[in-house]
Amino acid sequence: MDQNITLYVDGNRRPVTVDTRTTLLDALRDRLDVTSPKKGCDHGQCGACTVLLNGRRVTSCLVLAVAYDGADVTTAAGLGSDDELHPVQQAFLDRDGFQCGYCTPGQICSAVGMMEEAERGSPSHVSANLNDPVELTDEEIRERMSGNLCRCGAYVNIVAAIRQAADPEAEQIRQARAERQRNEPVLREDDAPTSYQVSVSGEEGR
Amino acid sequence: MIPFDYQRADDADSAVATVTGHPQAQFLGGGTNLVDHMKLGVADPELLVDISRLPLDEVTELDDGGLRIGATVRNSDLAAHPLIRRRYPVLAEALLAGASGQLRNMATTGGNLLQRTRCVYFQDVTMACNKREPGSGCAALEGYTRYHAILGASDGCVAVHPSDMAVAMAALDATVVVLGAAGERRIPLAEFHRLPGSEPQRDTVLEHGELITAVDLPASTPRRQAYRKVRDRASYAFALVSVAAVVKVDAAEGEPCITDARIALGGVAHKPWRASRAEETLSGAAPSVESFRRAAEAELEQADPLGDNGFKIPMVRNTMVAVLADLTGVEPEAVA
Ligand SMILES: Cc1cc2nc3c(=O)[nH]c(=O)nc-3n(C[C@H](O)[C@H](O)[C@H](O)COP(=O)(O)OP(=O)(O)OC[C@H]3O[C@@H](n4cnc5c(N)ncnc54)[C@H](O)[C@@H]3O)c2cc1C
Ligand code: SF4
Ligand code: FES
Ligand code: FES
Repeated sequence: MDQNITLYVDGNRRPVTVDTRTTLLDALRDRLDVTSPKKGCDHGQCGACTVLLNGRRVTSCLVLAVAYDGADVTTAAGLGSDDELHPVQQAFLDRDGFQCGYCTPGQICSAVGMMEEAERGSPSHVSANLNDPVELTDEEIRERMSGNLCRCGAYVNIVAAIRQAADPEAEQIRQARAERQRNEPVLREDDAPTSYQVSVSGEEGR
Repeated sequence: MIPFDYQRADDADSAVATVTGHPQAQFLGGGTNLVDHMKLGVADPELLVDISRLPLDEVTELDDGGLRIGATVRNSDLAAHPLIRRRYPVLAEALLAGASGQLRNMATTGGNLLQRTRCVYFQDVTMACNKREPGSGCAALEGYTRYHAILGASDGCVAVHPSDMAVAMAALDATVVVLGAAGERRIPLAEFHRLPGSEPQRDTVLEHGELITAVDLPASTPRRQAYRKVRDRASYAFALVSVAAVVKVDAAEGEPCITDARIALGGVAHKPWRASRAEETLSGAAPSVESFRRAAEAELEQADPLGDNGFKIPMVRNTMVAVLADLTGVEPEAVA
């Protein structure tokens, strides 16, 4: 049963006629040619379809488009411009936060929504104290991003990318330290005098 | 998915009247369970009445010092609400242990209570399932039962209720406020969900057309509260078992003693399971690993495990002991 609705997608007014059964994800991809949100599971389990709906991250495959007439939808493609990427997008590039890239638009929208939630002080399952301000440690990032699966297993670099976007200065220092460690001469074990510690690579190496 | 009509409700009364008058109508909250079920063919409403924009989206203080949670408050907003975090931390913890950030942003209080079992046979329309199709049989009985019930099941259905939030609410002695065509009624949360018996198709005592408008939390709740969930992954998985506990310890007469213990279990039954036998055993007891273990065992005496879920018995016992030890400052020791 068709209904006329208007969505505001990445800043553009997009009137569209949809069957009541159409999800927001299908309306975007199939009706409006907005293909940045991806369909992975279509059941709310993978996060590939994550968009910001009226500013909040949601899985668009479980949202009925008719229920959101007049809503603001931001996809990963609408976050930055070609000249100036959104800091989270730039961080995913800098830190290789993807392999095939299929989950990436969802990861990026989810990260943007998640960082805003953390800034508002919303606690998570791993927060030691429900009432403290949130510090986005790796553990916090992993927990808060657990609704986004990555079939390529790019998780380590996704966490690094979000860490960079959340606190660029701390991440710069961390990277410089890792770089230094990488450049230190590493002796083969049988060459090493017994008193010499073989340098262990930092987190970067893992 | 079969075609359906969609209406946005103007107010609670008209929403109730519309759904009451149409046997194939359903309320739509955040849609995270209903839309999923419509895709799977598990639900096939002809009319959706969207109640998610009704002005039931606030947490307000009641005159008696309790709190009222509106039915359309989103799970994420409820978990982050300052009054919930400070006064009812067990509820915030339970909410945060459920689903994902994206889903919690959509899921509503009313919809969370009414989410249906995750039994895989229920979700697969090619399988026999008395809950989905009364009288068709129960595929789980001959199937894989790792995720099924150990308490209160019947020959007709061994499914568990999947909600984390509802388990915390059961331990908090919450009350569900419901609006029907005949007016309002109040249902204690512990009596809201049903055991399957011979009617597993009925998850709760709600009648068709009744709308949850709010959940009330009582004042004067002990401050020692915790929710612990055990699952197959560290995050984003349903509970194998979970324990919500609210306890009060009094040391007025010298030795500390438990004067109030409210315990609810998740992942073990067709409803959030209020562990009243454990509570009785604990009442007046000195907090110790021994007394916690006795309480857990008193509750679990009634357990009736299936082929693949006997592990839930020691898991519940150990989790209950660990949570109570944590809340009362007792050294947990090694729990075997
Ligand atoms: C991938 C995934 C993982 C999940 N993991 C967890 C988890 O770990 N723990 C957990 O607890 N939950 C989990 N969930 C379930 C989630 O919490 C529920 O889907 C959600 O709470 C349902 O709320 P909703 O508002 O979206 O309900 P809807 O889908 O809108 O509705 C559910 C049912 O309630 C009815 N309804 C809704 N509101 C009302 C009302 N006010 N009055 C009367 N009837 C009403 C609807 O008609 C429908 O029958 C998960 C879900 C998914 C998809
Ligand atoms: S356990 Fe219950 S829900 Fe699962 S198949 Fe059997 S009857 Fe259906
Ligand atoms: S496609 Fe929406 S969560 Fe997987
Ligand atoms: S980069 Fe391939 S799925 Fe994540």
